[in-house]
Amino acid sequence: MQTNPQLDKVGRLQHLLSIEGLPAAILTQILDTAASFVGVTEREVKKVPLLRGKAIFNLFFEPSTRTRTTFEIAAKRLSADVVNLNISTSSQTKGESLLDTIDNLSAMHADMFIVRHAQSGAPYLIARHLRPGIHVINAGDGRHAHPTQALLDMYTIRHFKKQFGGLRVAIVGDLLHSRVARSQIHALSILGVPEIRVIAPKTLLPAHVERLGVHVFHDMAEGLRDVDVVLMLRLQNERMQGALLPSAQEYFKYYGLTPDKLARARADAIVMHPGPMNRGVEIDSAVADGPQSVILPQVTFGIAVRMAVMSILAGS
Amino acid sequence: MKIHIKGGRLIDPRNGLDGVRDLYIAAGKVVGVGGTPAGFTPNRVIDASGLVVCPGLIDLSARLREPGFEHKATLESEVRAAIAGGVTSLACPPDTDPPLDEPGLVEMLKHKAKILNQAHVYPVGALSQGLKGERLTEMAELRDAGCIAYSHADAPITDTLVLMRALQYAATFGFSVWLRPEDAFLARNGVAHDGEVAARLGLAGIPVVAETVAVARILQLARVTGARVHLCRLSSAEGVSMVRDAKEQGLPVTCDVGINHVYLSEMDIGYFDSNARLIPPLRAARDRDALLQGLRDGAIDALCSDHTPVDDDAKQIPFGESEPGATGLELLLPLALKWAEESGASLLEALAKVTDAPGRIMGIDAGHLSPGATADICVFDPEAWWKVEPKALLSQGKNTPFLGLEVRGRTRWTLVGGHVVFEA
Amino acid sequence: MSATNLPDAEALVSQLLEQLRPAVGPDTAFVGIRTGGAWLAERLHQELGIGVPLGILDVSFYRDDYDQRGLKPDVRPSEIPFEVEGRDIVLIDDVLYTGRTIRAAVNELFDYGRPARIRLAALVDRGGRELPVAAAFVGAVISLPGQESVNLERDAEGHFRLSVRRH
Repeated sequence: MQTNPQLDKVGRLQHLLSIEGLPAAILTQILDTAASFVGVTEREVKKVPLLRGKAIFNLFFEPSTRTRTTFEIAAKRLSADVVNLNISTSSQTKGESLLDTIDNLSAMHADMFIVRHAQSGAPYLIARHLRPGIHVINAGDGRHAHPTQALLDMYTIRHFKKQFGGLRVAIVGDLLHSRVARSQIHALSILGVPEIRVIAPKTLLPAHVERLGVHVFHDMAEGLRDVDVVLMLRLQNERMQGALLPSAQEYFKYYGLTPDKLARARADAIVMHPGPMNRGVEIDSAVADGPQSVILPQVTFGIAVRMAVMSILAGS
Repeated sequence: MKIHIKGGRLIDPRNGLDGVRDLYIAAGKVVGVGGTPAGFTPNRVIDASGLVVCPGLIDLSARLREPGFEHKATLESEVRAAIAGGVTSLACPPDTDPPLDEPGLVEMLKHKAKILNQAHVYPVGALSQGLKGERLTEMAELRDAGCIAYSHADAPITDTLVLMRALQYAATFGFSVWLRPEDAFLARNGVAHDGEVAARLGLAGIPVVAETVAVARILQLARVTGARVHLCRLSSAEGVSMVRDAKEQGLPVTCDVGINHVYLSEMDIGYFDSNARLIPPLRAARDRDALLQGLRDGAIDALCSDHTPVDDDAKQIPFGESEPGATGLELLLPLALKWAEESGASLLEALAKVTDAPGRIMGIDAGHLSPGATADICVFDPEAWWKVEPKALLSQGKNTPFLGLEVRGRTRWTLVGGHVVFEA
Repeated sequence: MSATNLPDAEALVSQLLEQLRPAVGPDTAFVGIRTGGAWLAERLHQELGIGVPLGILDVSFYRDDYDQRGLKPDVRPSEIPFEVEGRDIVLIDDVLYTGRTIRAAVNELFDYGRPARIRLAALVDRGGRELPVAAAFVGAVISLPGQESVNLERDAEGHFRLSVRRH
């Protein structure tokens, strides 16, 4: 049996692989540190010299422009050197094993790897394999976790709602395939949100999802009643092929966030989405562009949160 | 070669023996149990005081990886691992490359094993050609070549009519068909039990219903065709329950469970430990408990190792991509003993699950120490603790979820056909 | 130095006020360095009636000991609510010692803009400089052995006190 590789013997964060298992104090420290970085991003000189001389490798086995770009910007604002590797196009197709790729890159004096992979658990394999002192940030592994997304979502909630106690939060959509949702549920739970709801058809919910500490709703109107925060999940087109859903239209009718469904939530409820949005599938444009949407601030906060995570890891 | 094994605690489940008794071997057979046979002068005396003497273990499933997968393991290395684990007879599944669907391949395997002159290797023939689930194999020819049963290993038989015809054909000759119950569609793309752990870890799940739907299908077909069916590697509480009910209704079905599934559960996946990637998957604690109970009350007949050596490269990759399987020949004995300890069963009951019961299921005259029986014997130290680590295993497969753990029970001598083939 | 012959912090504050009063203009900005320097800057800012809003610096992102000690857990945002470009700034800290904190603060200020002038005010200068940093306004110069540190404390009424801690 292995030990949790995220924390060292004295409980300091060595890797950020999953929100699960992290103490509230560490999550709060990340959010608090991110607040300082938000200030930096509002300055003329958006850089601080903290990670000068450090080499950060973006290892994306699954392609992604948005997430990779945010990490790159975050790393550069910390004055780190950034190397982008789209492994999907190079060594992996030549049959080089994952660990061999890591060994080769470590030999290039990497201080930190930011890893996105299609397989749940891949960052753990990498973290266990690296010598101490090299840190791994999980930028999304299969369906398992996307910790920095959840952290920026928590930052956004704290920014607009001030505190986590007493909140009702609803997560809507394809939880079965969502690493973002799993991380969000853990974060909300650890930070003390008393009511976490999930709203989805049965085909899009994992087995025993209620054991994660959530209330399950299949009726969106019911589920959104009196909610303070609505976290929307993206619906991928493949779900129609897998016999999980009949059509995007029916999905939108029953699970898409429209103004009238949003009206069930509290008047000051905020709407969030990790992006990219499928307008007219999971969210109506009127809501996405409406006054309750905080989707754009999420993006700004995302850079600050990633700066915070990198700073805390690189210094430990 | 006349051998006298003296002073050991002789446990022979078939004959209900458990006590300190001497054992006498001559010309490859058991010639005396208890009292010295007249005129017996041993060439060799083995002092078994403090040790247990029992029939050599019989393993219902051990992949030797030959032919076709020699980079994972070879017949030679795995048979050596078998006898080091006290296993004197083993059945190997047909999913070699090419699969064991032709008499020539079966003969070659038997021949190679015979030359080694160590453990008895009993090939299980493929139920369909190429394991494709379309056309029948020449089961009678395969029997003549040495197959003791027919199975489909882990390959799916999606066409139910083909499965029924295969069972009917086997029933014609009285052949035994061994099937691992799993619905290919329900299990598709799954890598772990569809439960709490898979939900948390974001792993594609194989629901229990993939097993129960298949168990139902197999039991119904067994009933209508009259074929002798053995269900391999049950993994769920519901599956055990269905087999128990079928037995109570008089259906002559047998089943086994793998050593890993009797102790471990989905929790043992931990932080994506590929060593816990198995077929069938490790399920919930309640399933494991039902398997333990099933062994106890006889719903489950036998315990097997499901020995599947996997090369390190195939395990040191993300969980969902890793190759399922665990090494097991050398763990069959200690884990059978562990079952006894944890369930309160006697040592005799535990050894029955790995000697007498599998011997009957395989239809071979082995797994007992009656006078005149072939002298396949295991002498082991039930108190010896050892750590499961790569250097302690002779198998080329070093992959097991038990790595790093200590187990109790170590083989000291293994005899096959009256010859000492392993000595610790 | 023991608690008995530490200078009285309130007296030093008065000293600094007298030194600063003739030296500041209508556009002078005060910037305090967390935490002690921020308290001190707040008091001086208020007592002198400085017009430009108070700036507070958290120098965590500019320190030179990050590789050895990592990021401290209680980082707070810096707040510079005025234009730094062309500004006359008085940088304020409670204790001036090696000069490394000041170096970090100056670097951080320069990332906000190019000031016209930065002068340093310190309540206590305890010597032991490791960088070429000097304070233009000092409450008192004291000397302490290396294993001791002097710290500024503030009570519930806002009164200051100096204390010595041994490491």
